[in-house]
Amino acid sequence: MKIGILALQGAFVEHEKMLGGLGAETFEIRQKRDIERAFDGLIIPGGESTVQGKLLAELGLTEKIKALINGGLPVFGTCAGLLLLAKCIENDEHVYLGTMDITAVRNAYGRQLGSFSAAAGFGDMGEVPMTFIRAPYISGVGDGVEILSEVGGRIVAARQNNMLVTAFHPELNDNKTVHSAFLDMVRAS
Amino acid sequence: MKNERFELNKNLAQMLKGGVIMDVTTPEQAKIAEAAGACAVMALERIPADIRAAGGVSRMSDPKMIKGIQNAVTIPVMAKCRIGHFAEAQILQAIEIDYIDESEVLSPADDKYHIDKTAFRVPFVCGARDLGEALRRINEGAAMIRTKGEPGTGDVVQAVRHMRIMQSEIRRFGSMSADELYEAAKELAVPYDLAVYVHENKKLPVVNFAAGGVATPADAALMMQLGAEGVFVGSGIFKSGNPEKRAAAIVKAVTNYEDADMLAELSEDLGEAMVGINEHEIELIMEERGK
Repeated sequence: MKIGILALQGAFVEHEKMLGGLGAETFEIRQKRDIERAFDGLIIPGGESTVQGKLLAELGLTEKIKALINGGLPVFGTCAGLLLLAKCIENDEHVYLGTMDITAVRNAYGRQLGSFSAAAGFGDMGEVPMTFIRAPYISGVGDGVEILSEVGGRIVAARQNNMLVTAFHPELNDNKTVHSAFLDMVRAS
Repeated sequence: MKNERFELNKNLAQMLKGGVIMDVTTPEQAKIAEAAGACAVMALERIPADIRAAGGVSRMSDPKMIKGIQNAVTIPVMAKCRIGHFAEAQILQAIEIDYIDESEVLSPADDKYHIDKTAFRVPFVCGARDLGEALRRINEGAAMIRTKGEPGTGDVVQAVRHMRIMQSEIRRFGSMSADELYEAAKELAVPYDLAVYVHENKKLPVVNFAAGGVATPADAALMMQLGAEGVFVGSGIFKSGNPEKRAAAIVKAVTNYEDADMLAELSEDLGEAMVGINEHEIELIMEERGK
């Protein structure tokens, strides 16, 4: 099983370590030629969505990755990754990949002083620790989107077919639940 | 609770990795930087090259000016306070800055003590020339480190020197035996537990960026290949002929820092780089501030 990790900007090394600990092979995607190989799943890490979105477009990756996701490639987006996958961002005119039928709010908890950690249920997989860094949340979901976690009445994790998103950063904790769930999605696809 | 805050603050720096943090002096420049792909901006009244030219005492920027920049962009906004000036830091915290740079670029307010950064909820980034300075700042509560370099010169030599020293000392710590580690911690005047962290993980406990004198995509790629996790660009962008183009090129150079073909393409037609002054021409050595 080979997982590509978008490594344009942000916390991609943390995902590599997490998946390495679960026995999955990973490689970094920094430009077009990196996605010409075959792979089984894609992670879009946290970072700044404006930076990653711009680099996706300028490095000629947006359309190719969109096609792969629409073709069923399992993808997992954390924080900025959630924003890149969202069909609509309430307080941002950009749509980047726009493959997932969710509406998100960017920097929804304010500046860094609004960053926080919590613990809440993740689907039926029990409680997981959650780190929110200048995080977004999901303010609306379309049909066929399964809500996996809510914190303080806000949706912070969801799944639609081959797409999994979290507003928090499971790659920053030791708990492997969310990454295991993603690898299960990859295996089942 | 304090520890949790430190973790969250360290985590924000992790999200900035692989990115470029740009100095900006106006909301317009901040928008240009954001559009060019900056992962954060540093709001300040004068960029280091102009601070150098103006001389005199250089202080924290006007909060109104910083707020103007906060309102202009959606990416994190950082601002500088003077070394040891905890009241300036309190003010920056009050306006909810995302990161405070306790910076040698400004005139130091205290020639002995740095700010006790553990007393704050907002994160701090501090400059360092070697492993000892880095670990002392982290012990005081810094959640991110950058090389000092020599700001406002457009000369990358000091940033290279500081990054090389830091990486070499990290490698040295990594291969020490337990008994050697006690002595090394003592020599560097750093807490033993931080020395152990470096020994075990072969890296700093927080994110480490390059700063000071970065002016071209090649400079940025050089610093990344030397082990920086991201790059600060101060005077290099808005003191150059074509800030938009140069900023965007540096952003791409940091992502693909090992691809020489792409770097060659990015380095074309950038217009005039900042003129710069070399280390033998400068009278004010900012890197000496705060040890």
